[in-house]
Amino acid sequence: MILEFCRWIQYSAPLVAMRDSPWVFPVIATIHLIGLTMIGGAVLLVDLRLLGLGLRHQPVALLARDAERWLLRGLFVAMSTGVLLFMCFATKYYYLTFFWVKMAALILVIVLTFSVRRRITAANEPQVNDATGRLVAVVSLTLWTTVALGGRYIGFP
Amino acid sequence: MSLFELCEWLANTSWSIALHESRYAFLGVLTIHVLTLSVFVGTSLMIDLRLLGVAMIRVPASQVIERLVPWSAAGLILMMTSGALLFYAAPLVRYQNIFFRMKMATLVLALLNAWLFHRTVYRRIADWDRDAVPPRAARLAGGLSLILWVVIITAGRMMAYQDYWFN
Repeated sequence: MILEFCRWIQYSAPLVAMRDSPWVFPVIATIHLIGLTMIGGAVLLVDLRLLGLGLRHQPVALLARDAERWLLRGLFVAMSTGVLLFMCFATKYYYLTFFWVKMAALILVIVLTFSVRRRITAANEPQVNDATGRLVAVVSLTLWTTVALGGRYIGFP
Repeated sequence: MSLFELCEWLANTSWSIALHESRYAFLGVLTIHVLTLSVFVGTSLMIDLRLLGVAMIRVPASQVIERLVPWSAAGLILMMTSGALLFYAAPLVRYQNIFFRMKMATLVLALLNAWLFHRTVYRRIADWDRDAVPPRAARLAGGLSLILWVVIITAGRMMAYQDYWFN
């Protein structure tokens, strides 16, 4: 069923036209990478703070609020371009384990970020340097690294 | 010795051939190079956005810079090391790549921009530390940095397509 869906997307007229263009895929892939840097910056800012490794004098809540805006923008850039990249070669990705690992990690990290992590960063008081904050930061960084690694390995021969 | 001859000589060293022909070492270096992008450019991006006065405006600029620079510097060292190894693995292929040349030229400009910022307006940071919107020179440095890194990423990504587009 999923495979049929992938096939249908990949061979639909607009996607065939997109694949025919020599520069559309590289340009979208580049924008996807820029989205990755936006996510990286916004995530590291807060997670490093939770680990007590940066901007220690600033309240977590303040940093998290600023960073979340940029995280959402980064997610928008990376996910909208990511969907297009997927549609270009949907049936290829369907057979790649790394692709499904990446999607699973992505879903997990988004759920974590906008539930537990958000509640912890909003709590603010006192300096959140306790074990929970550190644990959440480590899990968040591990999951994001898995997403990025999955993405890189999708492209390997 | 010309630059081309230097590349030719490098390409014939046994370690270059070993790295080029290895399966996992090369892919590992490539992975590090791409993943540190999110560490280095990501943290630089947050600094640039602060300098532009559009992110973390309630945090003093000096704190954003002091706390994030160690991370972006570490990221930069990893990127440059892995990048140098990627070059070393195929010196002639990189040398003849127009996007690689573009990338190196832009990299010089980006480093120059960062150096100039630290030599000039950053020295007077005490005067504008708490300003939501830093002075024009700082905004210029932040904006230029953003643009140059986008160009570097784009050129880096396009390196893979030279043969496909031009040959």
